[in-house]
Amino acid sequence: MGTPTVRRLAALLAATGLGLLPAGAALADPSPSPGAATVTKAGTSFLTATAIAPGQPVRVGASHGEYLYWTFPAAAGEVPDIGATVSYPAGRARTGAATWTIDVFDGLRRRQACTAGAQTPTVPAGTPTVQLGCTLRTVRAWAEPWSGDPLPGTYYIRLSVTGVAESDLGLPLEVELLVGTDGDGDGGDGSLAAPLVPPVKAGKVLTDAEANAAAPEEDDGYDLGDWLPAPSSRWIWTTVGGILAAVAGVVGFGLTRRR
Amino acid sequence: MTTAMLGAPPAAADEEPPPEPPKVELVLDVSGSMRARDIDGRSRISVAQQAFNEVVDALPDNTQLGIRVLGATYPGRDKKIGCQDTQQIVPVGPVDRNQAKAAVATLRPTGFTPVGLALRAAAQDLGTGATTRRIVLITDGEDTCAPPDPCEVARELAAQGTRLVVDTLGLAPDEKVRRQLLCIAAATGGTYTAAQSAEELTGRIKQLVDRARDTYTQTPAQVGGGEQCAGAPLLAPGVYTDRERFSEHRWYRVPVRPGQELRASVSIALDRPVNRDHGVLLRATAPDGRELVRGADAGSGRTDVLSAGLRWSAADPDDDPDERDDGDEDGRDDEPVDGESGTDAPVLVCLVISNSLSPQAGTGTNPGMPVELTIDVVDSAPGPGAPDLGRGWLLLALLTVAGLLTGLLAGLLTRWWVATWRN
Repeated sequence: MGTPTVRRLAALLAATGLGLLPAGAALADPSPSPGAATVTKAGTSFLTATAIAPGQPVRVGASHGEYLYWTFPAAAGEVPDIGATVSYPAGRARTGAATWTIDVFDGLRRRQACTAGAQTPTVPAGTPTVQLGCTLRTVRAWAEPWSGDPLPGTYYIRLSVTGVAESDLGLPLEVELLVGTDGDGDGGDGSLAAPLVPPVKAGKVLTDAEANAAAPEEDDGYDLGDWLPAPSSRWIWTTVGGILAAVAGVVGFGLTRRR
Repeated sequence: MTTAMLGAPPAAADEEPPPEPPKVELVLDVSGSMRARDIDGRSRISVAQQAFNEVVDALPDNTQLGIRVLGATYPGRDKKIGCQDTQQIVPVGPVDRNQAKAAVATLRPTGFTPVGLALRAAAQDLGTGATTRRIVLITDGEDTCAPPDPCEVARELAAQGTRLVVDTLGLAPDEKVRRQLLCIAAATGGTYTAAQSAEELTGRIKQLVDRARDTYTQTPAQVGGGEQCAGAPLLAPGVYTDRERFSEHRWYRVPVRPGQELRASVSIALDRPVNRDHGVLLRATAPDGRELVRGADAGSGRTDVLSAGLRWSAADPDDDPDERDDGDEDGRDDEPVDGESGTDAPVLVCLVISNSLSPQAGTGTNPGMPVELTIDVVDSAPGPGAPDLGRGWLLLALLTVAGLLTGLLAGLLTRWWVATWRN
């Protein structure tokens, strides 16, 4: 079975909500979703990062040396895949090599590893474009608080030049960026009480009394949902398995009958 | 799997509009050197004037814009007088386009370049408030009036309560100018652009003015971290700023109830020249000093901020305590709760931020580097138990084979039973 067939089958199965086969490795560049509006902005810090959606292309003019921030949401089971292109305008030659870096952080601003892609390419002076890429790990539905696994919530992208001749700083350039998602939708069991979306409001320093105030009353009642497994494809699998077993039982019973 | 779980990104999560309109001030150098005709054969000042006109025309309605000039009036040689030469020609507020354009049109390149003084005055023009202010500095020459050194001024302004960002635009390809503007930009978290054509200048100023509108946010609450855990400020969920010097430790406390999860992240901005390798460490400890969890990041080379984050969840009182007491052989109470375990009293988790940054020779150490601390407390998420249902082809195969065998067995038994019964 050729890889395209596997991927098509995987896509088909994922589309039917079963997610039976792991999708092929996400090597292809992400492609924009049809009809998505191009974003022409970038933030300059975590707090001011420009929100984009997967499949929404970004095209923004910037200065060499700027730190550009975007933020996108990711859900469990997705494998975010980021591709970026930096183009220098003709006629404004750089004097030295430049190292570009794409950093990805989760909602807690923890650095996320890239499993594939050119995360820190270095280009010599005179190269007109730089290609960058980063494919994250599969976003898990749940992870222990002490782990650094990618979790559902906000993700930050920071695109910057990390190694540069000082005389090249400030040159104009153009950045294109696109976030795609891959993955089979299976992020494992469990779930977070709240996705990793950081608060953006100003905080408030508490007094001792406020900090020790009585906890708000929670209703501790049990309901059916507590012991029933959460809705998932496991229900379908198990039900189908039961039906198959019943059919096979009948068939097996039939086999023993005198012909 | 479910898109309902998707986290809204921060910008979208901010439901309330900030309490005041975005404020931005353009600071234009009108010193004698702006006469130089080296941008597409036109003088620097005429290019800047044209750019200002276009920016004023394209100004978003709700943005409040002011314009300040430096070196515009005193043609003499007395440095003392020349270095006081800065005026606000358009006050920060809703812009009267015609008036602003008329004011810009009369500017003639004249005097000295008191950048530091102009920055200070611009910060005053913008006033204090709860949201970010932006200054766009357009200059072609080095400050000729230091002291005050404009870079020091920028750092001093950034350390004041109001969040102030200075974006710089250099009109001359000069190394000293670039260094100075880069330093000003870095000190305030702004940007530096070398504009070498009218088009570039206009486009960039427009972008920066738009950015003032798009990215201005509520200023985080200011907090002063303690030197040790005891007595450190108690923080509610939200965003805070503080300052931390090289090798300093800053402590904070967060009340976390049993059954809750603490989420904390910290960013420390490298607003001054530091040595090549750097790191930041965020640790959560129990009040008795035991480390609970840590988040760290390190790197080398050029960067704007270093960030780290952590999650930690307090033990749920509903859980079986035996499960959590393993390894506690001396039988002492291992609970970090203040003496009364099993109640709903919050654990005061201590957070300490430390850095392994080191200054380059000649770099000032005061005030400390800006720190941004984000605290969130949510319900903790228990780990998934053993799944009660199955999944996968193997499961289907197993169930089918089991069903088949059961059917065969039942069939055989039935046959045997019928045969025996008939006899």
